[in-house]
Amino acid sequence: MLGLTPDELGILALSLRVAVVSVICSLPLAILAAFALARLSFPGKTLVDAIIHLPLVLPPVVVGFALLVLFGKRGPIGSVLNDWFGIVFAFRWTGAALASAIMGFPLMVRAIRLSIAAIDQRLEVAARTLGGSRLWVFVSITLPLALPGIITGVLLSFARGLGEFGATITFVSNIPGETETLPLAIYAFIQVPGGDSQALRLSIIAVVLSILALVTSEWLTRRSERLQGDDSR
Amino acid sequence: MIAVDIEQRLGAFHLEVRFAAEAPIVGLFGRSGAGKSTVINAIAGITKPGRGCIRINDLFLFDSVKGIDLPPEQRRIGYVFQDALLFPHLDVESNLLYGQRLRSTDERFIEPARVIELLGLGTLLRRKPKALSGGERQRVAIGRALLAQPRILLMDEPLAALDVPRRTEILDYIERLRDELRIPIVYVSHSVPEITRLADTVVVLSEGKCLAVGNVDAVMGRLDLKPATGRYEAGSLVDTHVTAHDSEHQLTTLTFDGGELIVPRLEVSIGERVRARIRARDVSLSVQRPTEISILNILPGHVTFIDDETGPVVDVQLSVGSATFTSRITRRSFQQLGIHSGQELYALIKAVSFDQRSVGYA
Repeated sequence: MLGLTPDELGILALSLRVAVVSVICSLPLAILAAFALARLSFPGKTLVDAIIHLPLVLPPVVVGFALLVLFGKRGPIGSVLNDWFGIVFAFRWTGAALASAIMGFPLMVRAIRLSIAAIDQRLEVAARTLGGSRLWVFVSITLPLALPGIITGVLLSFARGLGEFGATITFVSNIPGETETLPLAIYAFIQVPGGDSQALRLSIIAVVLSILALVTSEWLTRRSERLQGDDSR
Repeated sequence: MIAVDIEQRLGAFHLEVRFAAEAPIVGLFGRSGAGKSTVINAIAGITKPGRGCIRINDLFLFDSVKGIDLPPEQRRIGYVFQDALLFPHLDVESNLLYGQRLRSTDERFIEPARVIELLGLGTLLRRKPKALSGGERQRVAIGRALLAQPRILLMDEPLAALDVPRRTEILDYIERLRDELRIPIVYVSHSVPEITRLADTVVVLSEGKCLAVGNVDAVMGRLDLKPATGRYEAGSLVDTHVTAHDSEHQLTTLTFDGGELIVPRLEVSIGERVRARIRARDVSLSVQRPTEISILNILPGHVTFIDDETGPVVDVQLSVGSATFTSRITRRSFQQLGIHSGQELYALIKAVSFDQRSVGYA
């Protein structure tokens, strides 16, 4: 397909699966965190804000190492998940998705938080007086109005997940067919004599994928803005 | 019946308001900063008073002693905000139905078709709020509040963001709501013409206190409330009904128990109630009935109250039938005529001093 070898297709499919799963799983949490940071005031807010932003400033290797310590089979979280639920992150594609999710999380939260903060809160008050409970107002008013920010956040996190390297290789290593995503495969080919052409082919795939993601998100953003009656663009 | 008895501190501002009113339209009147918005936000449940209770008929919305504080969504209060606050991502129809969809069928008594017809929204349903004019937006906002099936409608300066022709249009719509849907309305405004045209009972607020509650004719005519109602705006209200049209001269005759008022032609059918507002500065006084004069309205009455402050101006209150007129004259005329309480006098009002703003449906 598209002149790609089965190996390349496998790498591409795995990369997409890792990025998509990481985005889908982190999105609800990111929306909650963004809402809390934009709207609520609670003790320790600054600390929570700092922790969410840590992956943005820490070396990815450090994040990967922390994941290994916490979510490894003998780690405090990893062992509980393994014993009770049979969920294993270490050296699995799920671990790559977890690493991607954590690295993309601050980007997602930032974008969504900005768009929630921009909403006129009196619209929500109006919805309450019309009979909407807090939860329903959040679903029917806040979320749709924050949609442009949510789309941007999803794109940023998705792109971050596709490109994630340091935390992934540290946490789940480079196992072909299980954890070998695009960046890891490119890196592996570069290490092998004569692998340059392979690395180049994969790099082109990565570029095309990124452009596609950008175009899609731009289209979705315009659509959601048009939905809100903003035809000024 | 709405009863409010609340106390709230907001920094240096101390609000302490107590009133009970039963009327188709209750006007909440006061200058900006008087505490009007604080009071209706407390009624709607948007802000919580420090102490007190708020009751509609037998239902307590808030009671600090009993620990009752219904959340806004359970109060069934239709709130029409100053700037409409339509949901930008929904079209007009979805905006209108937002509240109705959240009410159970046995709570519904106002039909969408009725509201759409009453407010003239039929051609707007597919539009987005951004594509509406200011007046259209406000009409949709009123419809949206009505379809949430409210016990009472709160309107917070709903005309403030509109130009003058749109204001008249919305006022007409509000009167139709009152007459056809029979839903009680609390109308907040700092505008005397709006309050006197719409309200039956008025609550005058000033600096967080309730100065007066009562029949709008009586309260707005009270001279002792002048600091709150404004000197320029001083005047009186007369409830009348239309008895004749003079098509040759384009005039309409309004009758009340103190006599007749002739005003420029009104597009109102005979027998309908009309409330006329007469500014104090438009009323002249004469000791004898003048003849050969251009003034059409000459009504006999007797002096009930004289507001004699220092300065060049004196306000004289005159009882004409059951109505009360206020006349603003110079101190010089006051002394020359020797006006005193109980004296029989004639009130003179030029027909042309009535404009569309001062004569409205009631």
